[in-house]
Amino acid sequence: MTNKRPLVMIMGKKDGLVLKLDDQCAYHDLLEELKARLSERRQHYSDGPLLSVKVEAGNRYLDSAQREEIQAIIRSEKMLVVEEITSNVMTVEECDERLRRQSLLQVRQTVRSGQVLEAPGDLLVIGDVNPGGQVVACGNIYIMGALRGIAHAGADGASDKVIVSSLMKPTQLKIGSVFSRSADVVEQEGRYMECAYVDPNTGRIAVDRLQSYIKRFHGLARMSYEGVK
Amino acid sequence: MGEAIVITSGKGGVGKTTTTANIGTALALQGKKVCLVDTDIGLRNLDVVMGLENRIIYDLVDAVEGRCKLSQTLIKDKRFDDLRLLPASQSKDKSAVRPEQMAKIVEELKRDFDYVLIDCPAGIEQGFRNAISGADQAIVVTTPETSAVRDADRIIGLIEKEEHIAPPKLIINRVRSHMIKSGGMIDIDDIMDVLSIDLLGIVVDDEEVIAASNKGEPIALQPSSRAAMAYRNIARRILGESVPLMSLDENKGFFKKVKQLLGMR
Repeated sequence: MTNKRPLVMIMGKKDGLVLKLDDQCAYHDLLEELKARLSERRQHYSDGPLLSVKVEAGNRYLDSAQREEIQAIIRSEKMLVVEEITSNVMTVEECDERLRRQSLLQVRQTVRSGQVLEAPGDLLVIGDVNPGGQVVACGNIYIMGALRGIAHAGADGASDKVIVSSLMKPTQLKIGSVFSRSADVVEQEGRYMECAYVDPNTGRIAVDRLQSYIKRFHGLARMSYEGVK
Repeated sequence: MGEAIVITSGKGGVGKTTTTANIGTALALQGKKVCLVDTDIGLRNLDVVMGLENRIIYDLVDAVEGRCKLSQTLIKDKRFDDLRLLPASQSKDKSAVRPEQMAKIVEELKRDFDYVLIDCPAGIEQGFRNAISGADQAIVVTTPETSAVRDADRIIGLIEKEEHIAPPKLIINRVRSHMIKSGGMIDIDDIMDVLSIDLLGIVVDDEEVIAASNKGEPIALQPSSRAAMAYRNIARRILGESVPLMSLDENKGFFKKVKQLLGMR
């Protein structure tokens, strides 16, 4: 009993604590142990600054209620903040959802006024998006044609997505929760092969030549190599 | 077995009814058997434009509800024996007819006519649904105005979803060349860029069109009007001929033509 591996291992790292939870024992025992271990080390961190905590659950599946429960226990220790709870296990639905978000939907058609095209992941439109037409994707949007309507990338709130279009003359652009509309004064002919993204410095949508965007963030190329994380 | 062509636009007032009347007349002029169908129940106009209002006894709704035979509703044109009009009812509204009833009527007409031209009401509601239900082909009418092009785009999107209709063709109506040149109207090329469907014809804006439809005489019958020529060309294109587009410029005098030939412009 005494020489058994502890159910909760607490490790101090430079940027906070890492809690390794045993993934073989009963969930109930784990919670008990977690409470005990935290309270027994309370004096180590109670008078220090806020500490961030990463929880590693190993091969144990934690549903959202259980995650809440663990978070609540850690948070009840005043100076601890849960940064993330990771687990090697996910449900089939979560996995499917993640795959859907990584997927690229290809559409060969003109998106006409009144039509709305939605994609769970990235969206590739081969054709134009006309004024009054709308393309919405949780991922990035690539349009091989003219964008004259509305495009919304990162529809579930992610602002690191981009909108690329062969001809950029949009009515509105939205990325995550950032919104921009076309200038009221009609500018010159739309420009070619451009990319819209949220500029991290200003928090606004910027439109730039595709090449200079790649140079600046060299993210576009990398994203496609990484595949499923 | 004839062909049923619906003429539609989404937006009102761009010239669907005038177009229907004139293409119908021009097709009749080419010796085809043509039936014009007005589906704008409650706001019928086609009979007025054709100058046949005073001859209506039974209408579309009577035929649908079985108060008369379909052949009794058809009005013979004043000018052509092979041109008929199936008028809409003025006292009912669009809900008096269902799409499948309309499709049945068009099917019946196709047996007796080479072309059944269906004049569609504005909008995308029941009237539109009725009008397209029996059609094999579609003609979308627009004018060089942003709002009309936007609505045409919407309509094209809706028609493309209907599997029984061939890809729609476009007529650009009321084109004023001097306004396009001055930039006050959208360029034909820009319209084609956005809508990206086949162009069936361009009709210049002509005051005579209004005068003619007030008289109940389709303009297509006038020999020299430029709008009339455009309509007759459209009819020939529908029949499968390849007719080049007319130049948009005003008719030039003889002297100017000679100058142009000599490169003196």
